[in-house]
Order: sequence, then structure tokens, then C-alpha cells
Amino acid sequence: MRKAGKPDPRGRLALYHALLLAALFALWYGLTTPGLVSEEFAKNTAFFFGRPVQVLKVTWEWFASGKIYPHLGITLLETLLAFVVGSVLGLGVGLWLALAHTASVLADPYIKAMNAMPRVILAPIFAVWFGLGIVSKVALGVTLVFFIVFFNVYQGVKEVSPTVLANARMLGASRRQLLRHLYLPSATSWVFSSLHTSVGMAFVGAVVGEYLGSAKGVGYLILQAEGVFDINSVFAGILVLTACALLLDVIVTRVEARLLVWRPKTAETEVP
Amino acid sequence: MTDAGSAALALALEHITCTFAARAGAKGGHGGRYTAVEDTTLAVGPGEFVSVVGPTGCGKSTLLNVAAGLLAPSSGKVAVFGEPLAGVNRRAGYMFQADALMPWRSALANVMAGLEFRGTARDAATAQARDWLARVGLAGFEQRYPHQLSGGMKKRVALAQMLILDPPLLLMDEPFSALDVQTRQLMENELLELWSANRKSVLFITHDLEEAISLSDRVIVLSAGPATRPIGEFAIDLPRPRDVAEIRMLPRFVELHGSIWHAMKAEVLKGYAQSRQA
Repeated sequence: MRKAGKPDPRGRLALYHALLLAALFALWYGLTTPGLVSEEFAKNTAFFFGRPVQVLKVTWEWFASGKIYPHLGITLLETLLAFVVGSVLGLGVGLWLALAHTASVLADPYIKAMNAMPRVILAPIFAVWFGLGIVSKVALGVTLVFFIVFFNVYQGVKEVSPTVLANARMLGASRRQLLRHLYLPSATSWVFSSLHTSVGMAFVGAVVGEYLGSAKGVGYLILQAEGVFDINSVFAGILVLTACALLLDVIVTRVEARLLVWRPKTAETEVP
Repeated sequence: MTDAGSAALALALEHITCTFAARAGAKGGHGGRYTAVEDTTLAVGPGEFVSVVGPTGCGKSTLLNVAAGLLAPSSGKVAVFGEPLAGVNRRAGYMFQADALMPWRSALANVMAGLEFRGTARDAATAQARDWLARVGLAGFEQRYPHQLSGGMKKRVALAQMLILDPPLLLMDEPFSALDVQTRQLMENELLELWSANRKSVLFITHDLEEAISLSDRVIVLSAGPATRPIGEFAIDLPRPRDVAEIRMLPRFVELHGSIWHAMKAEVLKGYAQSRQA
């Protein structure tokens, strides 16, 4: 693809990103290590923020000893399950309610109420219902993902152009074929465009669920460390989670680009 | 109609009236109702190319939707090849004014959609769709998505999408109105060529009188809305095959244009006055 305008200074931008990160770490280091600041001050800030070298060391040890892998595996498994189950449910219910007028009118206030409710407070209830294992975390993630997907599917169905719909009917599409060839592609395109948010939400559900009560997972590691004021491990946990979230985001971007090839991109030039 | 008796009419609209619940502030709303089309009788013979012209907003599209079976008339009868129409008109192909291609399907997949819906085997459908894309001059563009095609190309895909099903009746709703003049004339010529190869019945809606005359066997003039009805009918006795760009120079064309325009003028002014009031 050729692009008009200035060439993207990609290499330089990456350098700036790295420099900014290094500067933040340097600031963190400077404010928590005696030298630039007084020993008293450094001790206080280190209590609240940890020390970057320590944090990196903990992270390194987690990976070197392999201690983190089972926890990370659980968290990612919960994320994946919450995402898949929530998306499938959201797609199914969204299609159904968008196409069945009576059902949608009936369900409308409940959907609105459930969406408005801060669903994280369901975590303790899920813990009671499903125990401290993986299921309660998946359930929490599902409630978060479901609504994002649901509303996008609903929108997707409503956004099907009446002309395209009429055209498909004239071409002989049955009700089933309209669902399969019209509503579903339109709805899924909206779902795909909300992938970033829904994957992120699945991750949030998993970690928050773990944090509120579990025996495994990165959220559990953070909870444990916090219990003994091991602030360095807390930050190490946050670091690992952030890295994971970024990785997920990159994967989603790739998947999205593959699945939505038919979407017009702004200012796309002809490829001869 | 010359041979109306010998074969059933391709399309017969009898005393069609379409009344809608009026939108707030809509023109012509009387007691919350709006009559788009009133007591319209219109017929298209087998193999006949009929154009319907009228001022903007006069309910031309409503009439076409009735013929397509997408809209049930408030009263009146629709018959397609002698049979009363119920539900979507299976014997008609419809070309829309707006973009009607499925944006998530490539050009090829769009063209074969109708065959797919009818359950044609995939290989056969693909082969036929390739053939049709080539016929409308889009060989090599099979894998393009609609957003990667120009306006004229999209219309060609839509034309192929409609013609691949070989419908005996074509309903066209200002299909080329969004195109620039040159592309439009090219498309009109191509349409005539495809049409003359295997004469289908065509009901062509347009607001462009020149387009109507250069394509048709017969031109029907509608009154300005609301309560649109036909107010004039003109047989176009120009020779075929025609070239839409050249035919405009013929004295007979100018003559026909003059007389039809004379019939239309008052309605156009009426429609214009109404749209200014609204």
C-alpha cells in the first residue's frame, strides 16, 4: 500500500517511546533511591512505590524460576474463556433481541439496568456460587464481555442498510439466509471492531476475580504480596499484567486486520 | 401495447394506491395520512422497455417497490406474467438507486449471491459469476471489495448481480443517477446491449427525460406528488439499436423530448413549489 504524505518516521518514533519509558524508570529510580533525594524521603517513596531495580529483579526471578507460568496460564485461560463465552452469548442474544421485536421491547429495561449496574460487585456472589476456582472468574469476565458484544451486535443488526436488505430479498434470500449472509456478517463486523475493549474486559474480569479470592493467578500473586506489604512484588505483578495486556492487544490488532479486509480504510489508495 | 392479447403482460399494476401514515410535517399530510400513489394503472409488455419519469419525490420508487413485492399497496392489484403477486416478486430483478452490494463480499461473491441463495452448486455459481463479471467488463476485479471499486464499477457489479439470475422482468430505480455523465452514457449503452441480446421486460424509473427517451419503447409521465398518477404516455418510435449519445441529435428525439417535456413541465413546477414550501 502506498501512502501519500510524509514517510512514517517509524524508527525514530520507537526510539522516542523507549526514551520516554527509560525516563520514567529513571525518575522512579531517582525518587526511590538515596542519593538524589534524602534517605528518609527515599525510604518513604520506596514503601509506596517500590524500587524499580527490585521490581525488575522480582519479575526476572518469577520467569527464571518458572514460578509465574502456572499463575499466568490460569489468568490467560480465564481471559480466553470469558472472552469466548461472553462473545458467543452476546452474539446469540444480540441477534435474537435485535430481530425479535416483542422480546426486545420486553427485555429492554432489564438489559439497561444490568448494563448500568457496576458488575464487578457480582464477583463476591460468583465466588459463593462457583467457588474460588476458575469458574467464578470466567463468570465475572463473561458479564463484562457480554454487554459490550451484545450492544455491538444489536447495533450491527440495526445498521444493516435497508437497501442491501431489500436487495438480498430480491435476490431470493430466505429468512435464514438473511440471518446467515446479512445480519451475521454485519453484526460480527461490529463485534470485531470492539475486540480491543472486550478482550481487555475479559482480562479485567479475570484479574479482579482473582484479586477478590482465589488460589492461583496473577491477581492472586498480587493479593499475596500486598498482604505482606511486599510492594515490589505488587508492582512486578502489575508489570507482568500490563505486558500481557499489550501482547493481547497486538494479537487482536492482527486478527482484526485479517478479518475486516472488506472494511474501507480512510485514505486508502488504489493498489495496482 | 401491441401484442397485449397474445401473451400475458410482464407486469400489470391495476388501480394501485399507496397510503402511508404521515411523518410529522410531511407535505400532503391530511389527517395524519399521506397518499404517495393514487389509482395508478400501468403495464409492461413482454420484452418491452418502459420508463417512468416524474418530478422528484413523486412516488416513483414507491411504485417500483410495489412491483417488486417489497411493499404491499393499500389497494389495487399487481399481476406478474398473468399471476397475482404475493410476497417478493421472484421473477423480477431489482437494481437500486443506492448502493446495494454487500460490503463484506467481494465483487465475485456479490454477483454469485443470488445463485447461492437459490442453492446452485458452488463451482457452477462461481463460474457463472466470473462469466458475468467479464460480460460487464470487470474481469480481473473478482476479488475486489465494493469499497475498492468506483461508482461505475459498483453499478456494473449490481447489474451482473441482477442479470445472473436471468429474471424475465427488470425493475430499475434511477440506477445510474449517481454517476457522472460520461460513465452514465456508457452504462446506458451497455444496458441496452445486454437487454437487446435477450429481450427482457424493463420498468425503468428516472427523473431524467433524455435517459428515458433514449432507452425506452414507451415513456410514462407521472404527476407531482402527493397522490401521484400517470398523466401521459408516449410511444418512442426511434430506431434500434441505439447509441444513447448519438440518438440525442436526431430531430425525432428533439420532437419527442419537446412534447413530453410540455406534458411534464407543469408537474415539475408544481413539485418544485411544494418542495420549496416544505
